[in-house]
Formats: sequence, structure tokens, C-alpha cells
Amino acid sequence: MSTFTRGFRGRRRGEDDRLPPGQYLAEDFPVLSAGPTPHVPLDRWEFTIDTEAGQTHRWTWRELTALPYEEPAVDIHCVTSWSKLGTTWRGVSLDVLFEDVETTADYALVHSYGGYTTNLPLDDLLDGKAWIAYRYEGEDLTPSHGGPARLLVPHLYFWKSAKWVRGIRLLTEDWPGFWETAGYHNYGDPWREQRYADD
Amino acid sequence: MQTDHLDGNALAGPLAEIFTADVSAAVSRCATCGLTGPVAALRVYDRAPGLVARCPGCEEVVLRLVRGPDAAWLDLRGAVSLRIPLGGANPGAVATDGGAAGGG
Repeated sequence: MSTFTRGFRGRRRGEDDRLPPGQYLAEDFPVLSAGPTPHVPLDRWEFTIDTEAGQTHRWTWRELTALPYEEPAVDIHCVTSWSKLGTTWRGVSLDVLFEDVETTADYALVHSYGGYTTNLPLDDLLDGKAWIAYRYEGEDLTPSHGGPARLLVPHLYFWKSAKWVRGIRLLTEDWPGFWETAGYHNYGDPWREQRYADD
Repeated sequence: MQTDHLDGNALAGPLAEIFTADVSAAVSRCATCGLTGPVAALRVYDRAPGLVARCPGCEEVVLRLVRGPDAAWLDLRGAVSLRIPLGGANPGAVATDGGAAGGG
């Protein structure tokens, strides 16, 4: 994510090169939400992975935050056209959470406290591409930005990085989520500007 | 606390692009809890990739509207029905159309 090559004109890869087409650089961190902010007490919080075979893997808050964490520094891109570069997070890699999960499913449906859903191929959650993030810029993740924990999948438009994440259902068939059933692109690659279903 | 939503009057402009009638003046029935009330009283979350109108009773989604560059997507699954006030109807024409549809 942070390995850049020099362009053929010999200049260091700069901010312009890190902005996908149609995006502008935001200095603040806009709060987007499709509904009221859920407030989930940590002693009642849990994260689950449900497999296509009906097996449930479950983590409490204490269990999740006791797992080995990473501190990714990533660029994020919202479909409403703002991008932020070099944001820093702390979270547990999905690779860690999937270590003991047996599945042949190709698809994941992420669901959140408050009812939000978003879908993506399971491959896009693995191999160092996604985290359950619970700290942002050195602070606990606030509820307005998805705290206590949100999915972080920075290589896709940010609506895929579900706030208030509650779990992942593994599916053998793709199941479009909240925005994917309302005109937004099923995959959402910012570098291919996959904003709407027709793109 | 700072409000995070608007009222349903915020839907009037965007829906006027699609419907000739003023849908914000309609009465909707929530598909989740059955609450009936004016569309203008829905809670509209607009700081989002689209407009999300929620029931003031149960907070479930009643209506979603996404406006792309050359199309709009409208989801009304959360509404059992909309009662849209209209003037000058011709009931005979409606009955004739309904009969034809039922017989097909």
C-alpha cells in the first residue's frame, strides 16, 4: 500500500498520483451516515463470522482487543468524492480472525449494529487487505466514525468499510448490501471509478 | 445534541424530478411497524451517498433515493403504500384499466 515507484518523469509519487479519478483531497474527516448512530456498550459488543455451513465464530470486545493488531497507514476514498491520504488506524487483520474459519464461500456480507450491510468478495477481506479497526489517529474510534469498531477495506470505496461492524456472513452466492441494492456499484474500485451500478 | 437528520420535506425537491405529484405531501405506511404519517415527517439522512428516509416510530428505512449522473434509483420497500393526494380524478378510467389488468 505504501510502496511507490518513481514515475518515468523522475518525480516522487505525490498526492495527485494517490487520488483516484474524480476524487478531491479532504483535510477533515466527513461523517456520513444512513441512519442514527448506534451506541453499543463494550460488555455487550460482539463480532461474529458465520460460515455457509452454519458455524459461528464469536469474539467479545475483550477477546478481539487481545488479538495481535496492526497499525495500517492507508489512503481512503469515499464515493461522494473526498479522499484522505495516510490515515492511521489500529485493528485486527481479517487474516487473524479467519485463521480457524473453514469455508469454501466466495462472498461475504458484512453487517453492522443499526442494520447496515455491504457485500464484497471474500478474497477482498484477506491477504492483508482488511482490518476490524478500533483506533484512529491514536484515539479510540468514536461512534460517529463507526466506533467501537468498523471494517477497514481501504482499496474499495469507503462505503464498503462498514461502520459499527457486527459480523460477516459467508455466502456461496453474492448478496448485495445496503447501497449495492440502491444503485451503487457491486464492487466499488475507486481506481476504476466504479461508483454506480452502470459504471 | 446536534441533529443528524432532516425532515421529509427534504425529499420534495429530489422526488419532484421523478413524480409529477408532491410526494412529500403523501401519507406513508411503514412496512416494519405500520406507523402511518406524512412523508414530510420521515427522518431523512442526507449526509450519505443517497437520501435515506426512516420511520419516526421504529427508525427502519421507509424510502431510499440515489441520484446518479444519468439515472435515479428509488427504493420504496419500506413503505406498504403511499396515499398521494390528487385532484380531479376520473374513477371510471381507473376501473376500466383495473378490469383489463385483472382479466389478462
